[in-house]
Amino acid sequence: MAENDVKLLGSWPSTFVMRPRIALNIKSVDYDFLEEQIASKGELLLKSNPVYKKIPVLIHYGKPICESLIIVQYIDEYWSSGPSIFPSDPCDRAIARFWACYIDDKWFPLLRRLVVAQGDDAIKAALYPVVEGLVLLEDAFKNCSKGNKFFGGDKIGYVDIALGCFLGWMSVTEKMNNIKLLDEAKIPRLYKWAGDFCADSAVKDVMPETDKLAEAAKALLPKIRADASS
Amino acid sequence: MQDLSLEIQFERVALDFSIQGRNKKRILFINFVIYKDLRVEQNLQTNCISLFYRFSTGRMGEVKVIGSSGSVFCTRVEWALKLKGVAYEYIQENLLNKSELLINSNPVHKKVPVLLHDDKPIVESLVILEYIDETWKGYSLLPQDPHERATARFWAKFVDETCVIGSWQAMQAEGEAKARAIESVQELFAFIEKQIQGKKFFGGEQIGYLDLVMGWKCHWLSAMEEVGQMKLLDQEKFPSLHQWAENFKQNPIIHEIMPPQENLVNYFQGGLNYLRSLATNKG
Repeated sequence: MAENDVKLLGSWPSTFVMRPRIALNIKSVDYDFLEEQIASKGELLLKSNPVYKKIPVLIHYGKPICESLIIVQYIDEYWSSGPSIFPSDPCDRAIARFWACYIDDKWFPLLRRLVVAQGDDAIKAALYPVVEGLVLLEDAFKNCSKGNKFFGGDKIGYVDIALGCFLGWMSVTEKMNNIKLLDEAKIPRLYKWAGDFCADSAVKDVMPETDKLAEAAKALLPKIRADASS
Repeated sequence: MQDLSLEIQFERVALDFSIQGRNKKRILFINFVIYKDLRVEQNLQTNCISLFYRFSTGRMGEVKVIGSSGSVFCTRVEWALKLKGVAYEYIQENLLNKSELLINSNPVHKKVPVLLHDDKPIVESLVILEYIDETWKGYSLLPQDPHERATARFWAKFVDETCVIGSWQAMQAEGEAKARAIESVQELFAFIEKQIQGKKFFGGEQIGYLDLVMGWKCHWLSAMEEVGQMKLLDQEKFPSLHQWAENFKQNPIIHEIMPPQENLVNYFQGGLNYLRSLATNKG
């Protein structure tokens, strides 16, 4: 049992669950990882997140916090003595929040459409807007990183966590459909960033291996497709 | 510096500075003393005493808001700035013919509101609210406790992503679809009713971040109800939320910038007519 009563309800293949896991690792906070089954939602999940009934949920001293990016902000604010996830300047913080919103509200739905696409035509049609979004994020990286390895500068920050969590599924989608998302020629900075992000000590134990995720994807895709079309 | 000023005319000037001012000076015919955020000026020619209170401390700089009248997302930004005592210039945007300033400031979305602080653009209304809270101290919009902050952010996201859209959809729908849409929205409102029970405002005793986000439940929701010929915020079902809306509207700063309901009715009616005409032309 974790010393300071930190529990995380989640599931290892989930991109959004990875976000608080990385944040807790950055802060060196021990936690109990309670695996939720995708097929059936446990009582603790339904009680902790009655509004959306979704993972991740952080339960800290019995109090639930929901929504992955809100959880990451909570982690950064509560464990304020650890390495900062957000920049200190209000303007840089606003820029970080903006790009995280863009990733979740605009780019992720495009990625999901690509992940569930079936047939060459559908895949091709879904691929273009995702790559277009990555080109925009390449430009954002150039401005945010200021010549350093990450969006957050010389260490992983909020936008790195917001985007980096999708790298596993992007890799699986590339292999399954024989396409290129992280094209070194088109987005060289993000291509390098992806390698640096996955190698970081806060990330490498929680980023699933591509083969293992590909295997899990076979079972998960029918449900993801059903959810996407509803 | 001056945000709140009060000028009092006296017949005779016999000013007794009871404030232990650190800076007492006389410039021409003006005596003034500065004590922390309060400045008292005695004009010896006009027999006038002026009190100036610096409402907020923090970096002022030049602040502009690019907005569109009637937009709840723009209004919440103005409310936040006013609560913080920050002076700003409002730039009205014509959304049918977007300006170069808007497109350059928000090239990704090309939407309002945009906050320009010393020409640096901040976009997305919830991001702007957090920026305003972090930049200008004094009046707090978000609570201090991390868990309460997370709760406020959660409900703000919930309202923006579900309630506003749901109400708009209920407004447009007809017949059985309308009844189902109204029921869905009221299920969402039930969650929020629980959050406000026993409290004057979502922020506690004073208006905060979540109150500003919920602000659309005032004239905007009423306007949608009128145009959609429906009742969503039923006083019997949601007594606490109804009372909150009354408390919220009475705040002078909120009241000052709240667009008149008739304007919003016209806006929503226009929008609805347009959508219905598109549907008619398609079919």
